[in-house]
Amino acid sequence: MRYVDEYRDGAAARKWLDALRATVTQPWTLMEICGGQTHTLLRSGIDRMLPEEITLVHGPGCPVCVTPVELIDKAVALARLPEVILTSFGDMLRVPGSDTDLLTAKARGGDVRMVYSPLDAVELARKNPDREVVFFAVGFETTAPANAMAVWRAHQLGMPNFSILSSHVLVPPAMEAILSAPDNRVQGFLAAGHVCAVMGYWQYLPLAEKHEIPITVTGFEPLDLFQGIWMTVKALEEGRWGVENQYTRTVTAEGNRPAQDLLRKVFRVVDRPWRGIGVIPESGLGLRDELADFDAERRFRVEGVGGEESPLCIAGEILRGLKKPHECAAFGRECTPETPLGAPMVSSEGACAAYHLYGRLATDHLATETAS
Amino acid sequence: MTRLDTHLDDAGSRRTVGATCPLPIENGETIQMAHGGGGRMTQRLVEGMFVPAFDNPMLSALHDGAILDRTAHGEAVFELDGAAGRLAVSTDSFVIRPLFFPGGDIGSLAVHGTVNDLAMCGARPLALSCGLILEEGFPLADLQRVVTSMREAAAEAGVPVITGDTKVVDHGKGDGVYINTTGLGWVRRGRDISPRRARPGDVVLVSGEIAVHGVAILSVREGLEFETTLESDSAALHGLVAELLDAVGEGVHVLRDPTRGGVASVTHEIAGQAGVGIRLHEDRLPLSDAVRGACEILGLDPLYVANEGKCLAVVAPEKADEALEALRRHPLGRDAAVIGEMVADHPGRVILRSRIGGERVVDLLSGEPLPRIC
Repeated sequence: MRYVDEYRDGAAARKWLDALRATVTQPWTLMEICGGQTHTLLRSGIDRMLPEEITLVHGPGCPVCVTPVELIDKAVALARLPEVILTSFGDMLRVPGSDTDLLTAKARGGDVRMVYSPLDAVELARKNPDREVVFFAVGFETTAPANAMAVWRAHQLGMPNFSILSSHVLVPPAMEAILSAPDNRVQGFLAAGHVCAVMGYWQYLPLAEKHEIPITVTGFEPLDLFQGIWMTVKALEEGRWGVENQYTRTVTAEGNRPAQDLLRKVFRVVDRPWRGIGVIPESGLGLRDELADFDAERRFRVEGVGGEESPLCIAGEILRGLKKPHECAAFGRECTPETPLGAPMVSSEGACAAYHLYGRLATDHLATETAS
Repeated sequence: MTRLDTHLDDAGSRRTVGATCPLPIENGETIQMAHGGGGRMTQRLVEGMFVPAFDNPMLSALHDGAILDRTAHGEAVFELDGAAGRLAVSTDSFVIRPLFFPGGDIGSLAVHGTVNDLAMCGARPLALSCGLILEEGFPLADLQRVVTSMREAAAEAGVPVITGDTKVVDHGKGDGVYINTTGLGWVRRGRDISPRRARPGDVVLVSGEIAVHGVAILSVREGLEFETTLESDSAALHGLVAELLDAVGEGVHVLRDPTRGGVASVTHEIAGQAGVGIRLHEDRLPLSDAVRGACEILGLDPLYVANEGKCLAVVAPEKADEALEALRRHPLGRDAAVIGEMVADHPGRVILRSRIGGERVVDLLSGEPLPRIC
């Protein structure tokens, strides 16, 4: 199939692997930002193919994973209100809050519906004028324009019964937080290609300069990742820093200007708590004051939410790249995809879910068994 | 979820208690959609509650259908055309949405599904029952369409519907129509199709392009409609299976139809029950561009997407070529392919060799696969 097979070619992958082997002379730790990249790495088995000098740690780029537990509790509380239809992307439904998740709220009678697009939630509000439709708006810069469009559409239509519970987060402040932490081990980044498709990569230049690290805007196919890793390692080996773009077929320096304009029209930058990490200054998007009517947190008084994390879950360390999922004592034991203690075990982009699904267990001797 | 533990009580008989909840989340109190998803939560429910409750050797084979070889009154032999055999029984309930989809509807699916479950036991399907649960307010014209479709599917398969039942539930308590079909079949004595017979070296075949049904259904699901010419592959497979069994006989060790949960889930089941590993090859999976494209866009893995007209066979290596030829001779098996092999490594686990030469474990999904966020 065109535009897919070219980027999954085994012979080309071997060439990139040879190039990597010829380039690398010492250990390097890279972080891929996006959970989609983490899944490609594990799904294609790339993590096992790389030279042993290269360590990949998995970044915070899973929107479901970093949504604070307080907000999930609020969504559950909203779903229990009889007038509310709580809408969300499917991934969000199984993420545990303090004592329950949205699927359980649904099983107990809450009106929780999965939608595929935020505009579907607007349409649902139009068809149900006697109900309040709340869309649980999560995501990075990639999903923010569509969610902004939903609010803007509702604003234009003057819809009184649509609102969003916003948990939008931004990538560059999270990278700054990771790099500034005293225990940081990341020496180079694979930036998230689709975030950059919207925002461009000009935002990353000051980060690369300040911390003197290479950042490579990278795509999501196996060959994209091989090339992105090679570009980053080459820069590290040559002592260079700065921003390079591997994903040129999709990303430009300035990004998608109309989408950025829409974001500015609907959202403003706010401080935002990240699950497992804490509050990161200016790391999120909230609705602008003139659109405050569409803010579900203002529209509904939802009190008494717990915001308690499982004491066993080390999602924060995983999301900052300090530990790998299988290094967690609860991984595969107390915490599994059916009984998740933290969001990274739930989301299709979560690192713990990827490790579990693709079988990366601490006791896993697969690599030696099947090395033939 | 609540784990259901089986233990011996004072009298020494097995019983089940819903006791231990090792988790801070109380999500074990109610049934969730994932309990019916065919993944790990379904498996836990079946093995944790149903198998212990009804415990007997015919049930614990955990096949799509059961072979009734022994009753309380002794051995059960059933003669057909002068040959000794056993009765095979299978049951399946159909709750699909939408009721009508490209390439079929709930009626044809209810016939094909149960006929195929019998075929996967190596049985010749003989007769079906049909239980209908109808919702108050469901249009009779739609019911007529469903029943006509069932009749046509049953006639084409050569399997009569010989008994039935009808119930009506209040408006809002059902989804228009739910159908249960139970099938009776006959399997020749001595025919043993079971994961127990799978050996390292055996070859894994699939009878055609995978993931077609699931993608066709998604393409018409409310809120997700997309344009495609894909039609469900829903079909009765007993003719194809007969062709295969005639050609290679005892060389066929295992048969499964990869319905809910797809090829990933059935291979996972086979590996687990056989105690043998399975290696699949991504570049050998028969996939149409239409299915691949839809899966790429939706973020679905075709290995987990449902099929309703495909058969997965584990065959002795020396019979692999004959088996492939036999499948390809049949119209429903034209695109049959060898997709992997049973291996001595990693017993009980399924490994996929990716297109670029990497490897990963193929595990069960927890619930339904969901389209991705971004």
